[in-house]
Amino acid sequence: MKRIRFGYVALAALVTALAVPAAGVSKGSGLPASVGAGEGKLTLIAWEGYTEKQWVAPFEKATGCKVSAKYAGSSNDMFNLMTSGGGGQYDMVSASGDASLRLIYAGALAEVNVGLIPSYKDFFKAFQAPATNTVGGKHYGVSVQFGPNLLLYNTAKEKKPTSWAALYDVKNKGKITIPDNPIQIADAALYLSKTKPALGIKDPYELTKTQLAAAVALLKQQRPLVKKYWGLASDQIDLFKNGGSTLGASWPYQYSQLLAAKAKVGTVIPKEGVTGWLDTWMLSSKAKHPNCAYKWMQYISTPKAQAQQATYYGETPVNKKACAIMDTITKGSCKQFSANAPESYYRSIKFWKTPIADCGNGQKNCTDLKAWTTAWQQVKG
Amino acid sequence: MERTGTRIGLWVWATLVVLFLWIPLVIMGVYAFNSSNIQSWPIPGFTTKWFSDAWNDVEVRDALWLSLRAGLLATSVALVLGSLAAFGLSRARFFGRDSISFLFILPIALPGIITGLALNSFFVIGGVSFSLWTIVIGHATFCVVVVYNNVIARLRRTSGSFFEASADLGATGFQTFRLVTLPVIGTALVAGALLAFALSWDEIVVTYFTAGAQNTLPLLIFGFIRQGQNLPIVNAIALVVIVVSLIPVALAQRLTSGPGAGRS
Amino acid sequence: MAVDAARVKEGSPRRGALRSVSRFAWRRPGVKAFGQISAPVAAFLFVYVAALVALLIQGFWTTDSFTGKIIHSWTLDNFRVIANAPYPTIIVRTLVMASAVTITCMVLAFPYAYFMVRIAGRRLRIVLLVATVLPLWVSYLVRVYSWRLILNPDGALNWALNVLGLPDQNIAYTNTAMWVVFTYIWFPFMVLPVYAALERVPYSLIEASADLGGRGSTTLRRVILPLAVPGLAAGSIFTFSLTLGDYIAPSLVGGPGSSLIGTVVYESLGLANNAPFAAAFAMVPLGIMAVYLVVMKRLGAFESL
Repeated sequence: MKRIRFGYVALAALVTALAVPAAGVSKGSGLPASVGAGEGKLTLIAWEGYTEKQWVAPFEKATGCKVSAKYAGSSNDMFNLMTSGGGGQYDMVSASGDASLRLIYAGALAEVNVGLIPSYKDFFKAFQAPATNTVGGKHYGVSVQFGPNLLLYNTAKEKKPTSWAALYDVKNKGKITIPDNPIQIADAALYLSKTKPALGIKDPYELTKTQLAAAVALLKQQRPLVKKYWGLASDQIDLFKNGGSTLGASWPYQYSQLLAAKAKVGTVIPKEGVTGWLDTWMLSSKAKHPNCAYKWMQYISTPKAQAQQATYYGETPVNKKACAIMDTITKGSCKQFSANAPESYYRSIKFWKTPIADCGNGQKNCTDLKAWTTAWQQVKG
Repeated sequence: MERTGTRIGLWVWATLVVLFLWIPLVIMGVYAFNSSNIQSWPIPGFTTKWFSDAWNDVEVRDALWLSLRAGLLATSVALVLGSLAAFGLSRARFFGRDSISFLFILPIALPGIITGLALNSFFVIGGVSFSLWTIVIGHATFCVVVVYNNVIARLRRTSGSFFEASADLGATGFQTFRLVTLPVIGTALVAGALLAFALSWDEIVVTYFTAGAQNTLPLLIFGFIRQGQNLPIVNAIALVVIVVSLIPVALAQRLTSGPGAGRS
Repeated sequence: MAVDAARVKEGSPRRGALRSVSRFAWRRPGVKAFGQISAPVAAFLFVYVAALVALLIQGFWTTDSFTGKIIHSWTLDNFRVIANAPYPTIIVRTLVMASAVTITCMVLAFPYAYFMVRIAGRRLRIVLLVATVLPLWVSYLVRVYSWRLILNPDGALNWALNVLGLPDQNIAYTNTAMWVVFTYIWFPFMVLPVYAALERVPYSLIEASADLGGRGSTTLRRVILPLAVPGLAAGSIFTFSLTLGDYIAPSLVGGPGSSLIGTVVYESLGLANNAPFAAAFAMVPLGIMAVYLVVMKRLGAFESL
């Protein structure tokens, strides 16, 4: 009997699969005015290191919401996990800027009443309503942490570099490690925007076909110099530990891990500027545990939780009150991760966003993520 | 039979192959006792703390338990479907027979990511929420073929006259199954089940797409490796797993390589 | 439908009915086989194949790259893209890698399996079988990672080479490393069917060959090897297809220029969310495996899996 019913489900599924038009438009229900009792459970899609015991356990204890987290390998994993079937499997996602807007436009997210998040008013102004999670004045989550993509180098074997040019220099053949991600094209574009102004690159995420081709050409020149395109943070950590690589495009996470391992490394913000990421805890439009989700947003934006996560992961909290607590956890970590830097610092980072065809120059002639991925596959060969 | 030179050569060859298979595992085992979580060679010091760390980690225990349940259930499903398929295909010659065996081989012949993604969208569109059972279904797809192969190979080697004799002596089909067929295919089932469980136990790609917000052991390990932290814990888990699985694997091999096997 | 009715009755306690069903099945082996085969086939068709077809059809569609939603207009664009650089290179590289891994596994496995069957005593044979199978129980990831630690510049291999007074190797993060690692992790899948095939070679056949004056090498070439071919072919289905679809090992131990077919499928799905292109590209390994399976079937692989 079961078999037959399953057959019908399968048939129905096949039929729907063939005719699956835009599903999952967010329901337009009103905003909650208060947070009710917790549902006892919270399901999250998170980056690794975002749901560590040290700050999840106190949350579970205080709210009774048991957290189960699924680690995503990439922004697109997050997007796929959130949108498959119109969502509903997960309550929240810690999306970066290159997934957050897509999630909003795909109707996967619900508007959040930031009035219910007490720590919200302590956020740096730039992160209260950033373009990555706020559209038309509607918030779809709360900003959590951000960080720059840095130039990492071995202080014993390399002179302190000042420019991204070090990663394109033939002298450094076989020493370089580069993230294995199409979004890396933006780093090349950022470098070109300063070194080849004739190309007219204004925003490294908004590239015309010619501009993309120029970035790809630069990256193809770089390829013979590359020791490893790292897919996992640990790839780069290993290579810097054992001397396989001495220069690389990196995250603060690797830097703090390497420092902890007593490796001789340093980081630089090169003169051309940096790309970076901003992550947001976003609420699913079909969250089954919305109260626990609100409790999580309330909790994770408090100075203490912010400081714990920042020092663990090596990134910058959006709550300005976190700085003082960071220094009590690890001395000097507030300054190390720029948690007290001036507003101009955040403004200088080109935060990740999804490359799309309709990129604001009015001509819809930009290259999209699909084109970037193909281009990246060409670069890697 | 073989000349002495050949024999010596084969001994050397077999020794080298075993070394090739086991040196990486021995190194893995050594790193499980590494006092530093920086994995350089040789290790700077000796500790057993990673074993207690692993044991006290709730995530690790949950993942172990989930992997165990998923493996056992997927293996059970595979045993039923795989042996049914083998019975159906072993004697009869009918149209489409080859396509059917092709069908069963497909899940291991196709990249796991395709199976994984296909099942993921299938569950999602069908409104099936991810649970232990979606993992089991995902794993069963490629476990069935393992059981099927083992059972059908055994049936081919067994003369059909056994079953005929049983019928001639008045046994019903079900008595024949219990008294003749089951003993004949018993060891094949054990071997198939063991391999099926091993495949399920270690699967990452299909699991990733069918597990929802749960972590099986390989998914958890992938997380650890991605982050580059807790790596000695991973080695400690692997070492414990290999020691624990030694017993069932050895027993099954004893059982399946009966005295009749090989030279006799 | 009649068959289904008959199958329902299997559970009935009335022995008479049971007997008649059983007799019915015995008299019509075709029907009996059909009854047995229908459950697994139905399960596969309605779950696995339905899901697969639904996915592959997407290969003829395209996506809105911003929302990731699939646009349902029929197009062959995805297939045209496959013909452009770098995909032909990646396909060829994958085929070369899969063949190299398969051949290496065969070369390693045949004498090893032969040793187990013909030279080792029963006890040693069991020990060797366990030694071969047990690595499968250690996480694939742990085994791959272990190789990374071995091959690293400051890893165990260079340490051993230095102890022996040899110069450092530098194969970490290259295609060579990938070849070694693939050979390592898929090796048990080759040994088992080869062992099973050799085990089935009757001793009397070898004796007969010797009695007829066949030398050791002649017996090997003319008697044993042909009988081992189905086993080798069956093993190669595993080693070949597993290499074809893997993307984790290339990312862990490969370097620049180590993308394989699996990598492209994974990146198209996992990074670009371009399911249509992934589906279209997935037809490449699907086609390769279809051809491969047909050839292997000729060699008797299916009888020996």
